[in-house]
Amino acid sequence: MASIRIPAPLRAYTDGNEHVTISGRTVDEGLRDLAGQYPALEKHLFTDGKLRSFVNVFIGEEDIRFLDGVDTPVKEDDRLMIIPSIAGG
Amino acid sequence: MMIIRLTTEQLTTIEAHGESTYPNEGAGFLLGHIPDPDTLLIEVVLPVENKRETEAQYNRYELSQKDYLRAELEAAKQGIDLVGVFHSHPDHPSSPSVFDRDHALPHFAYLITSVQAGKAAITQAWRLREGRECFDEDRLVIVG
Repeated sequence: MASIRIPAPLRAYTDGNEHVTISGRTVDEGLRDLAGQYPALEKHLFTDGKLRSFVNVFIGEEDIRFLDGVDTPVKEDDRLMIIPSIAGG
Repeated sequence: MMIIRLTTEQLTTIEAHGESTYPNEGAGFLLGHIPDPDTLLIEVVLPVENKRETEAQYNRYELSQKDYLRAELEAAKQGIDLVGVFHSHPDHPSSPSVFDRDHALPHFAYLITSVQAGKAAITQAWRLREGRECFDEDRLVIVG
């Protein structure tokens, strides 16, 4: 199954786990599976049902924005990674 | 309220970075560990480049994904954690803006330095509330 790397500030919601196994045919399904496993993560990943703009998802070294976004297919052995945009004003 | 412990030298690094980027915002990462649930011990202060377009840097900062990953890997190498972010507010108070809140992560320390006319005036520490509705202030304790 595919797995996803959780960034340090969100590991409080994954019982401290850095890597979580996820299921789903696309990035969107994989992220929703992740949020299903750890419901407290949801509001930090999604807003109004969409991926928050500062949540960046990579498959391997590829930013999904340069693939098919959340519709990007996920293969069994893919390694995904969440990298938050750090920004403010 | 969490107690955040950092050294005089670390605070100087944070405030000097804010002065060096004035009149724009400067920012960086904080690495450390949590020895008990109420205390955060800062061990490394890592200033990085503000990647926002130059004309927006007077009131915005953004750190690159590459720098973020580098900070996490550096923390892992040292057996500590990426625990927060610092940034400056040129000629504005050291309290978080709505924009700060919208982009904040939970369980992260946010240190904000008010830089007035090029000189660091005050640094305060903040933490996003679990429901994302606002920040609560942490207590900065300077040691050594």
